[in-house]
Amino acid sequence: MDKAAEVETEMSTNHFFHMQNICKDYLMGEEVSHILKNVNLSIKEGEYLSVLGPSGSGKSTLMNIIGCLDVPTSGNYILQGRTVEDLTSGELADLRSREIGFIFQNSQLLPRLTAIRNVELPLIYAGVRPKERRRRATAMLERVGLADRLYHYPNQLSGGQQQRVAIARALVGNPSILLADEPTGALDQKTGKQIMELFQTINDDGRTILMITHDMNIAAHAHRVVHIIDGVLTEGGGTGDA
Amino acid sequence: MLKSIRSTFIMIHECITMSISNIWGNKVRSFLTVLGILIGVTAVIALITTVSGVSSSITSSFTSLGAGTVSVSITGSDLKSGLTRDDLKTLTELREVDGITPTVSLRAQVTCSGETESNVNVSGKSSYYFHLNEDIVTHGRELNFIDEDNSSFVCLVSDEMVSTFFFAVNPVGATLYINGTPFTVVGRFKEDSSSGIASIFSGKSNIFIPYTTALKMNNSSLVTSFTVYMSEGVTSSQVSSALEAALDPMFSYEEDTYTITTMDSIEDTMETMTGMMATLLGGIASIALVVGGIGIMNMMLTTVTERTVEIGLKKALGAKPWQIQVQFLIESFMLSLIGGIAGVILGLLLSLILSEVIGSTFVVSGGAIALGVGFSAAVGILFGWAPARKASRLNPIDALRSM
Repeated sequence: MDKAAEVETEMSTNHFFHMQNICKDYLMGEEVSHILKNVNLSIKEGEYLSVLGPSGSGKSTLMNIIGCLDVPTSGNYILQGRTVEDLTSGELADLRSREIGFIFQNSQLLPRLTAIRNVELPLIYAGVRPKERRRRATAMLERVGLADRLYHYPNQLSGGQQQRVAIARALVGNPSILLADEPTGALDQKTGKQIMELFQTINDDGRTILMITHDMNIAAHAHRVVHIIDGVLTEGGGTGDA
Repeated sequence: MLKSIRSTFIMIHECITMSISNIWGNKVRSFLTVLGILIGVTAVIALITTVSGVSSSITSSFTSLGAGTVSVSITGSDLKSGLTRDDLKTLTELREVDGITPTVSLRAQVTCSGETESNVNVSGKSSYYFHLNEDIVTHGRELNFIDEDNSSFVCLVSDEMVSTFFFAVNPVGATLYINGTPFTVVGRFKEDSSSGIASIFSGKSNIFIPYTTALKMNNSSLVTSFTVYMSEGVTSSQVSSALEAALDPMFSYEEDTYTITTMDSIEDTMETMTGMMATLLGGIASIALVVGGIGIMNMMLTTVTERTVEIGLKKALGAKPWQIQVQFLIESFMLSLIGGIAGVILGLLLSLILSEVIGSTFVVSGGAIALGVGFSAAVGILFGWAPARKASRLNPIDALRSM
């Protein structure tokens, strides 16, 4: 309770994450299709939120906009006090590098790099020295329980281990928010559960997590669930009403 | 500022490492791509090195042949078509001139003891010629200034003539008929190896007679072509101007009456010619480089398409567009640099073999190496630019969607 109150006061002074009337249109041939329709979403620092929606509901587009990979057609998006739609592609890259950690469905590790080199990748673009890079990547892989797999190549790791490497990679740059797109989509139930446990401990450390999924059971791990259907976002209120 | 330079350096270092692993990871394709550049650079290096080796061989043999000499050829005016003996004496007395050997040659029918040989090269020589080539006479005596003054009918014969007419018997004292005129053989000479520029163009001579006698046999008393030997420590331009000052009054200051050819001008012409040849061949060879560059561009474009996901992922992880562009530029740069360096080594090896075969000198030209490496690096950047730009402009979402 104490912690929540603290977050609340911080939120009021500084918009950590705030979306207002976000619309995203795509031109499909002659027709304009509205992928996102007036989305309003705010996240408090330290929150664990999941966006639940079927495929084609616009949830990936939403994640791309949240992740600063894409800019909205209209609306307002403020991340860490910066208005995202005004930024250049270079500034967006900078923001991604400092504020956002991505986790994809298929872990997306570079096959020619070892686990530790994959984890080091974001630090390279952030200009961190090799020694420091190695230290932080090692620490992060230890954190996700892969201390003995540092120099394995992705194809020498199991699906769950690959996803852990991807999580380590997402966290190594110390981002303010972790964005996960179907993080358990390619995993079996048991491994998926382990990953969800890992997410919980990460959130316990105070890291903000936004997870996108079509699976209610997975979404239920989050503390707050919002629904997205046909580009319209609705607050789901409680969890577990599946 | 310092931090951004440092991070750029870190980035570039990583790019080089990644490029090497990418190039190595696609060994066969990389090799085939590099092959184009390799062949181009090899051709450029081999051609330039060989041509410059050949030209330096030619130049050095020219220089050794004609060192310290100037050739003069007289066209003459209507009144005076050549130089008299007195004119030559005047020229010889110039401070800049050490001596003069007139070039008077004729083709003659030579008869001796029943044998007849036509089209024999007979050269008129001055006594100064023997002063220059002291070792040339192996038997008998040289032609001296008395022979010259008297236009004596005496001659020297070459080793070849000796074997033709005298069956290797010492010919001194024998009589030889040149165009029916009897000459007394006074000596024998070995084939001259260095008789100035003139001999290169007129071929070798088998019989030497006093030049005054030769003039007479040509029904002329005037010399139209001669070689001037320079005094020590005098430059060819000094000799030229001294000769001009002396020749002008002899032809009443009429224009276009004589031509002075110095070794310098011949060397200049040679250099221009070989330089043009090198440029031409280098130009043809560099077409191969351009073709190689297109090969690299093709491979890089394929690579960018293949690695769309990687590019999108790196962008999601915070890579800036310029960082992606630099990564691909470095990769194409490395590819063509590898080709360039291998091409330089191969080209030098090839031209070493060529120089052995042709018998020219092998000169490693630093310029050619710099050109080969520089050109290939430039090709890498030039042809890598468009694919790298394409990669950097790839929309990260489109890139990730294709996964």
